[in-house]
Amino acid sequence: MTGNRVRVRQNATALWTLVTKEYFRIVRIWVQTLVPPAITMSLYFVIFGNLIGRRIGEMDGFGYMQFIAPGLIMMSVITNSYGNVVSSFFGAKFARHIEEMLVSPMPASLILLGHVAGGVIRGLLVGFLVTLIALFFTELRPEHPFVTMSVVFLTAVVFALAGLINAIFAKKFDDISIIPTFVLTPLTYLGGVFYSISLLPDFWQKVSLANPVLYMVNAFRYGILGVSDIPIDYAYFIIGVFIVSLYSFALLLLKRGVGIRE
Amino acid sequence: MRALQIRGLTKVYDNGMHALKGIDLDVEEGEFCALLGPNGAGKTTTIGILTSLINKSAGSVEIFGHDIDRDLTLAKACLGLVPQEINLNLFEKVLNIVVTQGGYYGIPRDLAMERAEKYLRQLQLWDRRDEVARSLSGGMKRRLMIARALVHEPRLLILDEPTAGVDIEIRRSMWSFLRQINAAGTTIILTTHYLEEAETLCRHVAIIDEGRIIENDRMSRVLRKLSVETFVLNLDREIQAPPRLPGYEVRMVDASTIEVDVQNNRDINDLFADLSGNDLRVVSMRNKANRLEELFLHIVDNKAAANRGAS
Repeated sequence: MTGNRVRVRQNATALWTLVTKEYFRIVRIWVQTLVPPAITMSLYFVIFGNLIGRRIGEMDGFGYMQFIAPGLIMMSVITNSYGNVVSSFFGAKFARHIEEMLVSPMPASLILLGHVAGGVIRGLLVGFLVTLIALFFTELRPEHPFVTMSVVFLTAVVFALAGLINAIFAKKFDDISIIPTFVLTPLTYLGGVFYSISLLPDFWQKVSLANPVLYMVNAFRYGILGVSDIPIDYAYFIIGVFIVSLYSFALLLLKRGVGIRE
Repeated sequence: MRALQIRGLTKVYDNGMHALKGIDLDVEEGEFCALLGPNGAGKTTTIGILTSLINKSAGSVEIFGHDIDRDLTLAKACLGLVPQEINLNLFEKVLNIVVTQGGYYGIPRDLAMERAEKYLRQLQLWDRRDEVARSLSGGMKRRLMIARALVHEPRLLILDEPTAGVDIEIRRSMWSFLRQINAAGTTIILTTHYLEEAETLCRHVAIIDEGRIIENDRMSRVLRKLSVETFVLNLDREIQAPPRLPGYEVRMVDASTIEVDVQNNRDINDLFADLSGNDLRVVSMRNKANRLEELFLHIVDNKAAANRGAS
C-alpha cells in the first residue's frame, strides 16, 4: 500500500514536471507559439470578417463577423494544440532527449498525458488570445458557457492526441508538415468555419457530415451563438469516440516503442 | 547482491543483423566493470536493452533482482545512463536539464535542486548552470550528462564512452569523480575505447565481440593472460646493433632506444642483469602499449583467426 502511494506520488511529480516543462517551452518561445496565430487570425477578422463580410451580410441570423468568430477561434485551437505536440515530441525524438523520459520509470501513459496537456495548454492560450482579438471586431457572449468550455477543451485534446501520433510516426521534418498541410487545413476550412453547411447542395451537406471538424466547430458555435448545423449530442459523441480511439492508439504505439525504440 | 544478471540476451534487428547472440553477464554490487569490444561488437545494443531504449529479441535481464520484463519500473529506478551520443536538449538551461530529469524519476523539485547543485559543483558546471546546453564545450556536455544521470542517485550507473573526445585533464578529473561515486557504493559499468581508462578504473572486465562475450573475469586475472609484454628501454649510450640477450627478442628503435619482448614467465630483473652484462645501463623504461590494449588485440585477433580457420 505504502509502495503504491509512493509510486502515485512519484508519477504525479513526473507528470507535473513534464507539463510544466511543456508550458515553459510554449512561453519561452512565445514569438513562435503565440504571436503568429494572433497575427493570422487578426488578418482573417480584418479581411474575411470586415472587408468581405460586409458584402456577405447575415448568416444563420448573425452578422458574418460574428458567425465566423467561433470558427476562427476553434481553428486556432485545433492547429495549435496539434502543432505544439507534433513539434515538441518530434523535436525531442530528433534531438534524442526524449531518451530522458524513456530511461526513467515514467509510464507511457504519463508521457502521453504530459504531451497532450502541453498541446491543450497552447491550444487554449491561443484560443483565449484569438477570442480577445475577436472582441475588438464583434460581440461574443456565450449562450451556453459549459458547452463552449467543454467543447474547446475536448477538441484541443483530440488534436493534441492526433499531433502526438503524427510525431510518433514522423521520421523527418517533412513528415510533421504533411498532415497539417494536406489533411488538417482542408478539414478545418471545409468544417464550417466560414459558412453554414445549409448553403451547400444536399450531396455536399452529406459529405460534410463525414468531417469531424464540422461537429467541433458547430458545437462551439452553438456554445457561443446558440446556433448549429448539427445536433450537439452528436458532436459530444463524435469527440468522445475520437478521444478514446486516438488515446488508445497513441498509448499502444508508445508502449510498443514505435518510432522511439529500436 | 548482483547488480546485473544477463542470461541468453539476443538481439536481431529488423534488417536481420544478429547484434547479440545469447550473452550471459553478471556484475556484482559495488563493482566497477569495463565492457569492451570493437566497434559494432554489441556493447551499445546491450546497454540499449538494459535501459529499455532497445527491445530485446530473447533472453532475460535483472537489475538488482528486478526483471525488466516484469518489474521494468523498479529496474529503471535503479539505473542511470550516460549515453554515447550527446542527447541533451541543447536549448534548455544546464540546471533545468538536471532538475527536470530528477522530476521524471519522481524526485520532488527541492530535492532535485539540492542534488543538481551537488553534482554540478562536483563536475565543475555549477557556474554554467544558467547557460543553455548549446553553449557548453563537448567535455562539459559529457559532464552534464553524468550529472543528469546521477540526479536520482542510481545504484547502477552505465557510462557508454563517457570520455570520448574529452581532453586528458578533464578525463582524469572525470576518472577521479567516477572513483569517488564507486567508492560511495554505486556500481558502474563503463564502455570505452581508451583501454588505459578501463585498466585504471575497472576491477572487472568483460570483452564482447561479434555479439558474444569472449572474456569475463577480474581485471588482474585477465591481464595475467598476457603472455608477452613489450618494454621500450632508453639506454645511457648509443649502440650500433641490438645487444644479444638470450631468451628475449630485441629490436632497435633508434641508436639509444631498444624494444624488448619479455615473456610472462621471465623475471624482469634478469633482463636488467643481462643488459648490465652487455655493459648497457637503462636510463628509463615504459610499456610499449597499454597492457589491456595488447591483450584486447590479442584476444580479438585470435578470435578472428579462429573464425577464419573454421570457415
